[in-house]
Amino acid sequence: MVVFPGSNCDHDVYHVLKHVLGQEAFFLWHDEESLKGAELVVLPGGFAYGDYLRAGAMAALSPVMAAVQRHAEAGGFVLGICNGFQVLLESHLLPGAMRRNQNLRFLCQDVHLRVERNDLPFTRDLAVGQVLRMPIAHAEGNYEDSAEKLDALEAAGQVVFRYVRPDGSPAGNNPEWNPNGAARAIAGIANPRGNVLGLMPHPERCAEEILGNTDGLKLFESVVQLGAKAVAAGGYGGRR
Amino acid sequence: MTVLQEPAVSAELARSQGMTEEEYERLRQILGREPSYTELGITSALWSEHCSYKSSKIYLKEFPTEGPHVLQGPGENAGVVDVGHGWVAVFKMESHNHPSFIEPYQGSMTGVGGILRDVFTMGARPIACMDSLRFGDIDAPRMRFLIDGVVRGIGDYGNCVGIPTVGGETGFHPSYNGNILVNAFALGVARRDRIFNARASGVGNPILYAGSRTGRDGIHGATMASESFEAESEAKRPTVQVGDPFTEKILLEACLDAMRTGAIVAIQDMGAAGLTSSTFEMAGRGGMGMRLDLDQVPLREAGLTPYEMMLSESQERMVLVAKRGREEEVAKVFRRWGLEVAPLGEVTATGRAVLVWHGETVADMPILPLTQEAPVYRRPAEPPADLAERQRSPEVPAVADPLGDLARLLATPELASKRWIWRQYDHTVRTNTVLGPGGDAAVLLLKGTPAGLAMTSDVNPVYCYLDPRRGGAQAVAEAVRNLACVGAEPVGLTDCLNFGNPERPEILWQFREAIRGMSEACRVLGAPVISGNVSFYNETEGRSIHPTPTVGMVGVIPDLAHLPEAHFLAAADRIVLLGSAGGGGEFGGSAYLRLLHGVEQGLPPAVDLNAEARLAALLRQLVAQGLLHTAHDLSEGGLGVALAEACFGRLLGAEVELPLSSLADLFSETQARAIVAARPATLDRLLQAAAAAGVPALEIGTVGGADLVLRAGGDTWRTPVADLHEIWSTALPKALGL
Repeated sequence: MVVFPGSNCDHDVYHVLKHVLGQEAFFLWHDEESLKGAELVVLPGGFAYGDYLRAGAMAALSPVMAAVQRHAEAGGFVLGICNGFQVLLESHLLPGAMRRNQNLRFLCQDVHLRVERNDLPFTRDLAVGQVLRMPIAHAEGNYEDSAEKLDALEAAGQVVFRYVRPDGSPAGNNPEWNPNGAARAIAGIANPRGNVLGLMPHPERCAEEILGNTDGLKLFESVVQLGAKAVAAGGYGGRR
Repeated sequence: MTVLQEPAVSAELARSQGMTEEEYERLRQILGREPSYTELGITSALWSEHCSYKSSKIYLKEFPTEGPHVLQGPGENAGVVDVGHGWVAVFKMESHNHPSFIEPYQGSMTGVGGILRDVFTMGARPIACMDSLRFGDIDAPRMRFLIDGVVRGIGDYGNCVGIPTVGGETGFHPSYNGNILVNAFALGVARRDRIFNARASGVGNPILYAGSRTGRDGIHGATMASESFEAESEAKRPTVQVGDPFTEKILLEACLDAMRTGAIVAIQDMGAAGLTSSTFEMAGRGGMGMRLDLDQVPLREAGLTPYEMMLSESQERMVLVAKRGREEEVAKVFRRWGLEVAPLGEVTATGRAVLVWHGETVADMPILPLTQEAPVYRRPAEPPADLAERQRSPEVPAVADPLGDLARLLATPELASKRWIWRQYDHTVRTNTVLGPGGDAAVLLLKGTPAGLAMTSDVNPVYCYLDPRRGGAQAVAEAVRNLACVGAEPVGLTDCLNFGNPERPEILWQFREAIRGMSEACRVLGAPVISGNVSFYNETEGRSIHPTPTVGMVGVIPDLAHLPEAHFLAAADRIVLLGSAGGGGEFGGSAYLRLLHGVEQGLPPAVDLNAEARLAALLRQLVAQGLLHTAHDLSEGGLGVALAEACFGRLLGAEVELPLSSLADLFSETQARAIVAARPATLDRLLQAAAAAGVPALEIGTVGGADLVLRAGGDTWRTPVADLHEIWSTALPKALGL
């Protein structure tokens, strides 16, 4: 977990990885230049550097992000959640940009997501077309890019999660189901190689039975199991 | 070198800063000379109603403040209760009414910021906020602007710091047209042995300043908050502070880290009256003196005078006393988080505050006579002249169309869904939220234990207006009932006592009576007062708000395994009404009379504290035994509104045989009642438990279908739950014009 000044979901992700999944989890300070052997880097939600200038803009320039960039280029796993997704966009590890939610207000509520791909490290335990329920909590989750680039993104299969109605049918621009107004109802995207994923909803907030929803846990389980297998096989990403 | 040029001090200048002639004379006696301008400013802030509680102190003593769980009662930055498993909960509620009326966004932001600092200054990590808001008529001047600004401010602050806003309440009444209420509550948790206090000790220990720089914002905010509004209050905008939640977040992390060094003796945030109250209170509590070098105060702009430095209410600042020789360890932590630290002075044994600036002593005053021994007033208290008229029994118009009246009630902003508000607050961050906003009480995990923390905030200002004693008792009783609906036993409460001008006998009478009512209820229901705040002078041009003694109560649920919800969960569940079955015909101050018939009159419903205690104990027992799917208390709007709300959660219908003598009783607000729903197989056990507990229990219907169906005396009324839900869920945004 990378900790920027202003990150506020770092402990939540730590809790899921460490206490729910029993992984070796640790925090990386924003001015670190090395990832200290991390296999999975999580950029957590929050308001890095107060979101001043633009959400994620200043965090993208912090020393640790250079290390994250190298990690991603080497095929290591990177997961950006909410503000972390915004940081990935500002760092150009993922394409596109965020605008303010269409009603110009912060929104905290459950959304429904359709899984568009299950051949990624993060979605291996999910089924294509499966509908997940997850909370969102953000003011800037209105994904945007030019029509050509959105076409290219879709064509390359980089759209991983899309806002849908509870029955899985398209949400379109209906504010009830695509509350922030994201283009093509995009909630989460990956890089072409599939090792970097960014999404606006918070899987770490729905990963325990006691909180009434475990739809987010599978995402972490997928990548953790893959990491474990890869380590056993002596490959995939990070330096040990 | 700058020469300090200050206005000449006189009784007249003192009066312009809110001090009476007697208070000014008293200050002269304490000093044995004329005060300097800086000394006058310091004293006027310390002796303001907001800081000194001079009109309320003698009444606040009536509150029970001790209990089996209480570790720290009123007097510190926040109260502390033991919640088991080695954990303590630290919580408090505070008003930010005046600033929020002048500048709603910054006013509510800094309200949240201040209450969070009160909690983490005690060494606790904040894990939840609630907000109790009172607005005027939505159509009153500026009201939509105020609502929008307050909601955005609360959201932007709490969301950024990353503390979930898990509950609260919002009410609308014309008495708040000229003076809205913003009461912010925060709760933190800490290990039992890791609590810090704000008591300076150790002669020679360094006093440090940490956090944001000091600017000219909020100067004399505490004095402003101790005056009524007049037409020109707009001009007081510069007395409102400006919040920066990002700095608060790093200050929070830095303080908690710094506390782990073991090098901190005492710590306090700079809240109302900024550097003045934080340093004087810290030294006063410890019976110490202090020497402050004001040239060291980090400034946002050059040229602030000592007067301005001492009275600025710039936000996100802390004062610490460190162990001598270990100040660098503390400073390092703050610097790592990118925060400024400055050596401000040291603790002395003199009992005096000596302030030096540019080599000149600008203040030299004894501390205790200004803090602990500040003026105390026993002001005259008289009931209002029209009390008998207010309490005259109202005529209750008959109900012909119960579902139509129910729909009309649900369409009022008062009773409509508040989701539009709480959807703008992050209520799931920190992954502790088991039950968030919208139910009877919020429930949070106490991670690593089977237990949960429950919290609620309650008050009915109309009841308090009609009978402040009953209203005060009712607020406490309702909070206990709300906690009981999730199986929680109260461990303590915090209050925010919002009233008009205490120099008017009628207002002081309201205050005294409300405290008496609350105290009686606290004693019987086992909920000691551990912290709180008084906000007087909530008046505009002589018109007072309704008395609003807001209660924030916290309880512990021993085991979260069988938590019920506030709405119906499963078809075929049996619905049972607990408490007086007949409805009781109590309409004084009811939502039915006020919102549908424009009548605000009569004695509010009677409060039978023993019946409340029996009901609460029964609910806790039923929850612990896992016998309930649903538990929801009856409050504003009575049985009718409670049934509708219970249907809304999962859009599940219900068929109910109304046990009423008249249809209007559907909306009677008789107290000590709740509806519960349980599987048919456990109904008998439920009814037996109620009988054994001495709580009347009557099976009134069954959950199921898509309609709410009411039957009484051979008549049947039926409406789709979805239709009622549409009315209820869209009413507030519609009223706001969104």
